Amino acid sequence: MIAEIGHFALVLAFALACFQAAVPLLGAQRADPVLMQTAVPAAQAQFIFVLVSFLALMAAYVTSDFSVQNVWQNSHTLKPLIYKISGVWGNHEGSMVLWILILTFFGACVATFGSGLPNGLRARVLSVQAMIGVAFLLFIILTSNPFIRLDPAPFEGRGLNPVLQDPALAIHPPLLYIGYVGFSMAFSFAIAALIEGKVDPAWARWVRPWTLAAWMFLTVGIAMGSWWAYYELGWGGWWFWDPVENSSLMPWIIGTALLHSAIVVEKRDALKTWTILLAILAFSLSLIGTFLVRSGVLTSVHAFAVDPKRGVFILGILCIFIGGALALYAWRAPKLKGGGLFAPISREGGLVLNNLFLTTACATVFVGTLYPLVLEGITGAKISVGAPFFNATFVPLFIVLLLLVPLGPFLPWKRADIFAACQRLMFAAVCALIAMAATYAWTKGGPVLAIFSIGLGFWLIVGALSELAFRIKMFKEPWGAVWRRACHLPRSAYGMTLAHAGVGVMVLGIVAVSAWRIEKVELMKPSDRLEIAGMQIEFIGVKPRQGPNYRDDVGIFKAWNGKQLISTMEAAKRTFTANRQQTTEAAIHTFWTGDLYVVLGDKQKDTSYAVRIYYNPLAPFIWFGALIMFIGGLVSLSDRRYRVGAPRKAKAKIGKAAKA
Amino acid sequence: MAMTRKQRRLSVIALAAGMLTLATILVLVAFEDTIVFFHSPSDVVEKKITPGTRFRLGGLVDKGSVVRGQGKQVAFTVTDLKSKLKVTYDGVLPDLFREGQGVVAEGVLGATGIFAADTVLAKHDETYMPPEVAAALKKQGMWKPDAKQKSK
Repeated sequence: MIAEIGHFALVLAFALACFQAAVPLLGAQRADPVLMQTAVPAAQAQFIFVLVSFLALMAAYVTSDFSVQNVWQNSHTLKPLIYKISGVWGNHEGSMVLWILILTFFGACVATFGSGLPNGLRARVLSVQAMIGVAFLLFIILTSNPFIRLDPAPFEGRGLNPVLQDPALAIHPPLLYIGYVGFSMAFSFAIAALIEGKVDPAWARWVRPWTLAAWMFLTVGIAMGSWWAYYELGWGGWWFWDPVENSSLMPWIIGTALLHSAIVVEKRDALKTWTILLAILAFSLSLIGTFLVRSGVLTSVHAFAVDPKRGVFILGILCIFIGGALALYAWRAPKLKGGGLFAPISREGGLVLNNLFLTTACATVFVGTLYPLVLEGITGAKISVGAPFFNATFVPLFIVLLLLVPLGPFLPWKRADIFAACQRLMFAAVCALIAMAATYAWTKGGPVLAIFSIGLGFWLIVGALSELAFRIKMFKEPWGAVWRRACHLPRSAYGMTLAHAGVGVMVLGIVAVSAWRIEKVELMKPSDRLEIAGMQIEFIGVKPRQGPNYRDDVGIFKAWNGKQLISTMEAAKRTFTANRQQTTEAAIHTFWTGDLYVVLGDKQKDTSYAVRIYYNPLAPFIWFGALIMFIGGLVSLSDRRYRVGAPRKAKAKIGKAAKA
Repeated sequence: MAMTRKQRRLSVIALAAGMLTLATILVLVAFEDTIVFFHSPSDVVEKKITPGTRFRLGGLVDKGSVVRGQGKQVAFTVTDLKSKLKVTYDGVLPDLFREGQGVVAEGVLGATGIFAADTVLAKHDETYMPPEVAAALKKQGMWKPDAKQKSK
């Protein structure tokens, strides 16, 4: 019964979405307030129906109702409760319901809290949002219905794919989806602005918080996925330039560009058409990401068994939305009036450069990801494009971009003096040089690029902090005055400093792991010892252990520093009862300076085991950096300019704000 | 020396064009020497691939062919049900490596006709078949839709 309610609610949501896609838009074109107003209850009700549907599916999972095919395929009675819940989105059908839930949630937010928006803009935004809803609800109902019944109902489910039974993966998809779908708001605002033919700073002020929120969640979602791959897959790697990873990276890069270009629209009323284009591209790439992951057209380590029919359907959605949006853009964008002028060397110029680098870098990722597909279509030859390609294209572009990052915030709007900016960065440059010299001495040589990049990391961190120091006039005025300045600084300034410094922290982690990781693969018998990074790892033995729905063979290791015991580590091979599938549970001991990472491999003919031990210097910095970026976004989002209701008041003060 | 609106626009366009050129050069150079081709065991026979070539080999792990040697060494045979190719690998196999299942290995074909793999790829999903392997099997007319589709 519950499943039927869920199914029915989904169909009702679809009907509402159809209504909402047409009527408010018509109302906006005719300037009819009654028709426009219908968007608000429609968007709210649509969200409630999808929520009912989602909760119905969750109820079926929690109660292990195997008469629902989707539950039978992906759940098991022995599974812990958290994985019964996360199992809802651990499969294709359920994850699409989650996708649409987030989409309608954002729509409902605009409907409920968007009373400060001009009526026409709000009606159009909600209509565009509903069009996306129509497409994806239809997709779910026609090709991926999670509520199909089985008769007779089986006694036991097939179990969730064991690698997905993990806390990080329980929250990774929702975070990633909030990011992907968050860009749909920027997209809807862009399309609405094109229909309206008007883009102004108030528009940018509405788009930026949505983009920022989407970007934040995408950042932390990608980081979470990478962290999970790092400890769960047992390869000790954290990024593989795999198509599925790339397809989440591309919207992130364009989202980053959009975040920066929207500042120019907001503050200077310039770069309007470019920002609209980026908003369209960010969501298009999110759709392409969904398509690539869900269609299985690309070989990927992360690909799951898929149904090609769905791929064709998503491809259709892709063509309609991306093609339609770009056509509308080509038709309407030339009519948007350009705004404020600026010299090439200025804050605006810096942000343009930032955008050029980001979009070019994104283009190289796009080419590398899709080239194999194109080549196969044309010549039939099958190739794989891996890390070496991206190291030769994406990495150099990004290094140059990152070198320029600390410079940007020092450039004033309109016209800037590059030498003055460089002077203010002297301290950061000196810090970077010292870091490089210290790294050189510490590692006794080592790859030149790695040493340089360590300097780059410090340059980013110290550069971001010195911008803040100059703003609050640290060391120049008495501490009381500095403190007052610090208190009055807008939160978005702190947000930027944190985000830029977070990038620096991440660079340090990435470089250290890539250049100085130590890997040892050995056969070990109990009581064997192995020396790594100044530590001795002793293999104690393997003992079995029973879990709720799996059995572990736990390899026990002791890490010694001379006579002092650092830690006892348990690296397991986990066999799941439901389908005899095995996963690796790596043992990781985290120090401030890096990770000790132990993986238990296969048992050999005698009593020995294949054991892989890594020392990953500064590895935690990669995710720590992403977390700092996320917090930076959060701080920026809490800036009073973006708080609910602020845009209405801000509109009157726009002239003042633009000067600030 | 103030620039006119036109000059400013041109400078941005020139910068963008320069950037694209740079990216294109990087991409083309990278394509020259970083891409790896994919072959099935039949391709290796038919296309007469010369020893020393680096490529990805895909197919099924032949049943009963996995032999563990000294230390971490493993030998197995990859088949597309028409031709076979012996593979050696020195390392720890991924969790989902099973006899009768799809596999993708990257490495170099040796002079003796044995493929020395340095990477064996893992997959998340037991029912997942790498598209290349599926295509290679389809070509031999041996493709059977998997159990998941049957249950529908």
